[in-house]
Amino acid sequence: MTPQTQAPTRFPGSMARSAPARGVGGAAVPAGSRPGWRHLARRLDPRLYQIVALAGLLGYGSWKLGFDTSLPIMLLILAAALATQHACTHLWKLPAFEPRSALISALSLCLLLRTNDPRWAVVAAIVAVASKFVLRVDGKHVFNPTNFGLVVLMLLTDAVWVSPGQWGNAAFFGFLLACLGGMVVHRSSRSDVTWSFLLFYGAVLLGRSLWLGEPWAIPLHCLQNGALLLFAFFMISDPRTTPDSRLGRIVYALVVALGAGFVHFVLFENNGLLWSLVACAPLVPLINRVLPGTQYQWSAARAACPRVRSARRSWSAKLGTWMAGLRKAALEQGVLR
Amino acid sequence: MKRSVAVWAVSCLAALCAPAVVHAFCGFYVSKADTKLFNKASQVVLVRDGDRTVITMVNDFKGDPREFAVVIPVPTFIEREQIHVTNQAVVDHLDAYTAPRLVEYYDPDPCVKRQRFTWPAQGAVGDRAAGTAMSEARESALGISVEARYTVGEYDIVILSAKQSDGLETWLRENDYRIPNGASRVLASYIKQGTRFFVARVNLEEQSALGFTYLRPLQIAFESPKFMLPIRLGTVNADGPQELFVYTLTRTGRVETTNYRTVRLPTGHELPELVEAEFSNFYRDMFARQVDKENKRAVFLEYAWDMNWCDPCAADPLSVAELRELGVFWVKDGNRFGPKGAARDVFVTRLHVRYDAEHFPEDLVFQETGDRGNFQGRYVLRRAWKGNTDCASGQEYLHQLRKRQIDEAERLASLTGWSLNEILDRIELADAAEPTPWWKKIWGEERD
Repeated sequence: MTPQTQAPTRFPGSMARSAPARGVGGAAVPAGSRPGWRHLARRLDPRLYQIVALAGLLGYGSWKLGFDTSLPIMLLILAAALATQHACTHLWKLPAFEPRSALISALSLCLLLRTNDPRWAVVAAIVAVASKFVLRVDGKHVFNPTNFGLVVLMLLTDAVWVSPGQWGNAAFFGFLLACLGGMVVHRSSRSDVTWSFLLFYGAVLLGRSLWLGEPWAIPLHCLQNGALLLFAFFMISDPRTTPDSRLGRIVYALVVALGAGFVHFVLFENNGLLWSLVACAPLVPLINRVLPGTQYQWSAARAACPRVRSARRSWSAKLGTWMAGLRKAALEQGVLR
Repeated sequence: MKRSVAVWAVSCLAALCAPAVVHAFCGFYVSKADTKLFNKASQVVLVRDGDRTVITMVNDFKGDPREFAVVIPVPTFIEREQIHVTNQAVVDHLDAYTAPRLVEYYDPDPCVKRQRFTWPAQGAVGDRAAGTAMSEARESALGISVEARYTVGEYDIVILSAKQSDGLETWLRENDYRIPNGASRVLASYIKQGTRFFVARVNLEEQSALGFTYLRPLQIAFESPKFMLPIRLGTVNADGPQELFVYTLTRTGRVETTNYRTVRLPTGHELPELVEAEFSNFYRDMFARQVDKENKRAVFLEYAWDMNWCDPCAADPLSVAELRELGVFWVKDGNRFGPKGAARDVFVTRLHVRYDAEHFPEDLVFQETGDRGNFQGRYVLRRAWKGNTDCASGQEYLHQLRKRQIDEAERLASLTGWSLNEILDRIELADAAEPTPWWKKIWGEERD
């Protein structure tokens, strides 16, 4: 879901302006700061964390919540997504096969897509991953791959559906924890879109209930939905399909939230979040022209490494100095000759 | 005379028996657990295709018919031809067809080589004689518009629209409907959404003339993108949780709720033979335990099946005539290609929910999925072999039988919360001799 992208250096149009050396979270680390677990966590590609988080949610959903899916369907989705990524890598003559983003798309499809027909599961995975390569504007893919795959399949056939009620409310806190954990490590500069979306969508729900005179339990029940959190933390926050500037992302979050409210409360259609996001995604290039900003790159995200490497050097230098001092003291005491 | 509140309740009763295309042998039918097991159980049949909906509402009201009235939020204006009163028998048939079932298998002779087997509403009360003819001026002053009045079967029906809940509440009270405290707020939210109200009560003269001694199910057909069931009015001042059974008849596949989890009930379990005499108690206790296990926030799937067949059948599939009576508008008489009497292109889903305001704050919202997989509440009795076991494989059979009986008892205790010791006391465990130690089979018995 979120960072479903590959950042091949020679992918046509994907050469982005180099981003300033920042941490994974995009925040510059003060010079001379000590490396610790936070730095180690930041060194990790945020996509790896997402893969672990999504796999954990899938395991929880399958065993504890009884998701209406099966292991063969899940394996087919994973295989089809990776195979499509591999094929597209060759077709577009990319330097290396990058499985991470395809894996994220596949795991997201496993979490959301429901079908009894394995053929549609395969088609969904192919459509999702291929959309990253085919539907591109300004060197970025337009649609979140999972979102696009789901919507296309729901339009194509009645044999595919999404179950927004599958998470229930009991899983809410565990799920929130996983999402927030993701935010801590990811610390993407795109987290603003998640928070502003939750704020705007919460305002839509609360405002509607306030207007209707409904008890607070109703909007709170709607907000405590795993599907909403999954969407906010893993789908709308995809750095490659959100506007480049912060103001642009906040405007985007507002439009998606209003769109979801329109689909849900005016058209009375289910999965308003998915329909709204796919309808709003083509606005991103437009927003980027009006409100330009720095394009996100996963490689830039890992630009934290020089910082950490310098920190590492600093650690080894300190260790060397300490060892030299120890040796000198030992010589003075006659322990060493 | 003010009438007491008539509360509707909807109640009900599902396992993965076989894939949709396989006519698997799912055991011989023994008995079923239908909606009559549950008190205050309301039943709603929702026929849905596209935006077209036909709703059939059944309640178990057993008091004085003068005490009965219903107020149902409806999304559109309802014309006379959109209302129908049907026969209870057709809903009873649907209940029987979809009910959880007990099936049995017989163990074969162990000594013989063998082949392997493979929308509910809030009741209100009023004195019919009092104030049914409200003056238009009064209605206008209250912001109420009586859009239509019909007499259909034994029911007098009024279609209302309102501008404010206070006016609606006053109108209902002036017409001798006793509205529970707190209903006004719920009514207000429906009014702001442009909802109309379908208000029905019994016309005693018509009922007497028609000769029915019970209240027949009311049906309404309408077109709306909303696929939902308003339950909030029923939770206002309700005396404890209510049982609701929702049967959906659709074309594509299984129906589920989108704002609550839809959970499949445990199914396919082998249980001790004592369950045969207590199947009702077993099912009630098992359902209560599952409700608690899901923190009282789940809707339970009891049955999902293609209406063309069943295995085993607790009742025959509904005929085309019965389906049309329930409002399944797309089926036609004389399906030339289907089996005789079969209804084609209808998928039935049976959902059972125990709800209250705390755990179900929102109305139920549904969606039709593409899932045509069959599911039924099915519980299995395996009858032990009662004949001769005087052979080597017979002793082996008795050991396995004893182990199986203990497993079945533990499963029953786990599903229902019943005491394991009490269950074991009531089971006649197989009398199996001590098994031969494994080492005796290595060299055989040696003589000193």
